[in-house]
Amino acid sequence: MTISRRSLLKGAGLTGGASLLLGPSRVASAFTAPAAPDAYGVLVDLSVCEGCHACEEACNEQNGLPKPEAPFDAEAPLGVKRRPGGSTFTVVSTYPDPAHRGEVVNVKTQCMHCLEPTCASACPVGAFTRTPEGAVVYDETICMGCRYCVAACPFGVPHYEFESAFSPRVQKCVLCLSRIREDGLVPACVDACPAEATTFGKRADLIKLARRKLLDPDEGYVDHIYGEREAGGTSWLYISKVPFEALGFPMNLEMQPYINLTKGAVKAVPLVLVLGPAFLMGMNALAKRIEEGEPAPVPVAAHHDAKNGGSGHGR
Amino acid sequence: MVANVGRLRRHLTPFNIIAGLILAVGLVLTVLRFGFGLGAVTNLDDANPWGLWIGFDILCGVALAAGGFTIATTVHIFRVKRFEAIVRPAVLTGFLGYLFVTVGLLFDLGRPWRVVNPIIGHVGPSSVMFEVGWCVFLYLLVLFLEFSPAALEWLGWKRVRGWAVKLTIVLSVAGMVLSTLHQSSLGSLFLLTPGRLHPLWYSPYVPVFFFVSAIAAGLAMVIFEGWLTHRFFPDKIAHDAASRAHFDSLTLGLGKAAAVVLFAYFGVKVLGVAGDNHWALLASPWGMWFLVELIGFVALPCALFTWGYRNQSVKAVRIAAVLTVLGIVLNRLNVSVIAFGWSAADPYVPSWMEIGTSIAIVTTGVVIFRWIVQRMPILTPHPDYPRH
Repeated sequence: MTISRRSLLKGAGLTGGASLLLGPSRVASAFTAPAAPDAYGVLVDLSVCEGCHACEEACNEQNGLPKPEAPFDAEAPLGVKRRPGGSTFTVVSTYPDPAHRGEVVNVKTQCMHCLEPTCASACPVGAFTRTPEGAVVYDETICMGCRYCVAACPFGVPHYEFESAFSPRVQKCVLCLSRIREDGLVPACVDACPAEATTFGKRADLIKLARRKLLDPDEGYVDHIYGEREAGGTSWLYISKVPFEALGFPMNLEMQPYINLTKGAVKAVPLVLVLGPAFLMGMNALAKRIEEGEPAPVPVAAHHDAKNGGSGHGR
Repeated sequence: MVANVGRLRRHLTPFNIIAGLILAVGLVLTVLRFGFGLGAVTNLDDANPWGLWIGFDILCGVALAAGGFTIATTVHIFRVKRFEAIVRPAVLTGFLGYLFVTVGLLFDLGRPWRVVNPIIGHVGPSSVMFEVGWCVFLYLLVLFLEFSPAALEWLGWKRVRGWAVKLTIVLSVAGMVLSTLHQSSLGSLFLLTPGRLHPLWYSPYVPVFFFVSAIAAGLAMVIFEGWLTHRFFPDKIAHDAASRAHFDSLTLGLGKAAAVVLFAYFGVKVLGVAGDNHWALLASPWGMWFLVELIGFVALPCALFTWGYRNQSVKAVRIAAVLTVLGIVLNRLNVSVIAFGWSAADPYVPSWMEIGTSIAIVTTGVVIFRWIVQRMPILTPHPDYPRH
């Protein structure tokens, strides 16, 4: 089983329905350049998710996390956005369907694995890295705990272990990188999904798959692949038949990598470092000269004009 | 025995008793913080990862310590020598300010023993905070060296003092450059959070807001602190009419500068609203709160500084300085905590233990300031090294 899945991954870069639909394909360029061509992603079809929370349990076990207080199959409070935390790196929130009374939509949330992660742009020690597989991973051995990543993440994902006195960590989904990289498996939550609401594969292929679904007018999908452009693009992509704004998705995001917002400020630093001292020393020399009452030297041009009886003006 | 009792009684001043109580509580809170973690003493959570310690201890601390570079630049680089007498108190305030900003940072960091990581090769070169870390670290060294002549005069180490004094210009230039960078970069931190910080406070100009307001804060703090030191250290200052008149003229001069800087700050803040066309938001409750800050704590002190300078009213300038300081505190708390969490479901309110820790850190700074001022040549020159 393991071997066949690995070969499937290698051959088509897709699993399940995606590979059947699209087959092996060359990679179309994603929205932003830095996506490594072979980077993976997951497409979530919100109209398929049944809200069984099996993904939460699989995530909890895969990552060896403490058991949560409420059992996994407990119903999520309606209309409340749940935040990933220390006992699961993925959570499913349940929202009422605004168009169909009594029906609900279940929304799985986890780290979006941005193509240009805001957490990585924020981190002063470089504790976050994006791997060629597309996973955004965190190195707890250098983190000093400033929590800028938690404050900056536009999706509100990272969890900080405030309760730990001596070894608090930032915790979040790592796309089950070791399963992908070493075992050739799909992420545990994808594997566990009985409804096949999640499709793992090359991100570029997933976007094509999503487009194909959106094109079918009978299906009634909202014309939006959430994650294609949000924050410059994310590895996790969502399609839905209910508008995303009704489902707790942040809708006020930049459609560019967040690092673009600080690039100007960061690039100004070396300029100030180099030009600042020169400017200040110049001002100091000028102030000294004024203080000493030294007459300003006559400009060369004026000197020249005076000698020639001002004839220079005529030219 | 009798002598000891007498000495004890002399130390039991209201100041010492209150400071002692605060520090005792602070000590307990310190043990709780480092023994049991951030969660045990703070109300921070994932939705509100930054609280009072970032907003007040660090952001306000750095802004209010800006008097050091402002006055050092004025006197040593622009050679406005009449302000020379206030360089040392301003530099001391700056040095202690940054020292206790660092202490506040150690309380706030999850793993404070790794505070040196950005300095020792763990690099996040695209991170604004990486740059802030480096600048604050270097500027703390600069302030230590700028302050050192006073300590060396007190110790009587003439030769070392001579070397330290030779560094004055270099240190002033370094101080100005490093301060330009990190004062503005503390604002740049929030460039990354457009979805979280309320749009009236979020602006591409936020680094400029932080830098310009820091200069106003620094000037206001120097005025405020000069007032306090003249009240509380009467034996450390000259009382003749000429000295008093000179001190008043310095206060008025600083007030004039503060008026200009606040006017410019008001201007860029309005530009920020105009640039993003956020005028309509001013009519919302958050808009009212924004106007309280902008009118009550920027425009009003600006007008009061101007009025005070024109009418030679030292009192008006001092009131304006207090308003300015409060306004900067309000601004930094808005940007990092209040308006930052405007959309949070559960708004953050600091725990009493967070507030107590902040008060204890400030109190420690005041106690050390007092200890130094009473011993070292800060408010008046050392007789062996008269100013020219």
